[in-house]
Amino acid sequence: MSDSERILIIGAGQAGGRAAEALRGAGYAGRVTLVGDEAEPPYERPALSKGVLLGDEAPESTYVHGQEAWGVKGIELVTSVRAEAIAPGSRSVLFSDGRRMGYRHLILATGSRVRPLIGVDDTLGGVHYLRTIVDARRLAKELVPGRRMVVIGGGFIGLEVASSAAKRGLAVTVVERQAALLERALPADIAAAIERMHRARGVDVRLGAAVSALHGTGRVTAVGLADGTELPADVVVIGIGIIPNTELAEAAGAESADGVVTDEFGRTSVEGLWAAGDVTSHYNPVLGRRLRLESWQNAQNQAIAVAKNTIGTPAAYAEVPWFWSDQHGVNIQVTGMAEAGARTVWRGDPSAGKAMAFSLLGERIVCATAFNAGGDIRFARKLIESRRPVQAAALAEAGTKLKDLAAPAQVGAAA
Amino acid sequence: MGWHTVAEADAVGDEEAFGVKVGEVPIAIVRAGGALHAVHDICTHQYAHLSDGYVEDGCIECPLHQGRFNLVTGAAQCAPCTEPIKVYPLKVEGGKVLVEL
Repeated sequence: MSDSERILIIGAGQAGGRAAEALRGAGYAGRVTLVGDEAEPPYERPALSKGVLLGDEAPESTYVHGQEAWGVKGIELVTSVRAEAIAPGSRSVLFSDGRRMGYRHLILATGSRVRPLIGVDDTLGGVHYLRTIVDARRLAKELVPGRRMVVIGGGFIGLEVASSAAKRGLAVTVVERQAALLERALPADIAAAIERMHRARGVDVRLGAAVSALHGTGRVTAVGLADGTELPADVVVIGIGIIPNTELAEAAGAESADGVVTDEFGRTSVEGLWAAGDVTSHYNPVLGRRLRLESWQNAQNQAIAVAKNTIGTPAAYAEVPWFWSDQHGVNIQVTGMAEAGARTVWRGDPSAGKAMAFSLLGERIVCATAFNAGGDIRFARKLIESRRPVQAAALAEAGTKLKDLAAPAQVGAAA
Repeated sequence: MGWHTVAEADAVGDEEAFGVKVGEVPIAIVRAGGALHAVHDICTHQYAHLSDGYVEDGCIECPLHQGRFNLVTGAAQCAPCTEPIKVYPLKVEGGKVLVEL
């Protein structure tokens, strides 16, 4: 088979791996090559901040498939090799090992990288970022009971690390620059419930606190805050977000705006060039706008849809966003998108067990957050999809089955 | 071993599930598309009761991470689950649900 028939996938993470697999699943018999710059085969990241840090799960358990399974599926997996440049005119890619590969379709699944904390010495020993299996292995070794950890960034990664470290017996402080945790993801009152969960487990949460310095010689000893506070630290974890790896696509002429711009089928602005996963700013037909997502669902399902589109099987990626987090033994699931101006309706109390928080615009649910109530999140997703009006009082009443609220409307009922 | 009476047949609505224990074994009794099924109640991915999950298209979905299992074969249908769940023989006699272990 010649290069001109090849579907080339750059980025061998979850999205790249699922795209390759989906091509075979859809019956594509041509050449499929998956190239990544990490040493591992495609793996999923959720457990890296949870089970792997707790020591409950081996890092290798995150592999989408074992190393040998890719060859069995007829997928050529190339690891530890970087793509250097795309030549969209001649449809070829130059790689760091000097190889040049031609393609018929190129799927960019280049993912993202951690956002560095600027203005501090993050090269000190004991200072960590968490993104890769290598990062997780290094950090897991540092989780020694009795040590003091400072987590910089009160987003989901930071809070999951805080939870894992607290369970391992470390004294944990979370430092967040904003006035609330999870500021980009959730309304402040729902984030406050998660903050209370952390405080109840002994995690010290400092809000509105900007980091000005990391102190230490060789190894970190303290985190300095802008107000002069010094927090003693044996281990520091920085989790302040990610940056999509758009450079390769941009250099090839693809439109980019906080992510490689694609339609709902994964097409970029360059012929033959597609993109999937974290790196995309993709149009979502359910929400009616473009967005960039950093989730397991998006990495898997968008990649599967995009792969099908490259071989002429139309498949729009049109799902209500959904993700989960596990903190202090509580499973948190969020579906939909929090929107400014939404009000919160609680069903149950998360400090007392199962609970849900619905974000409503008028009588329409735009987002739902479940605390140990994953079984109900699917009905919430249906309600978000259907845009059906619901009464706040019915949502708040634990006796009302969400299943019934989400069921197809009765004849004669208000639409 | 043998058949165990675990519930009244009308105790579970369609596309619903509930958990029972036979001895020490947690079992989910599920009605999907009208038909009753008995499967092991604990997800093979992480500890969670499938009977708290979502039932659709002959599958039960784990409430933790939305892994799905076929109720007839027990096969895992999608990530993050790969290992199947155990499926148990089930019959209804005199309005009672019996499960064989």
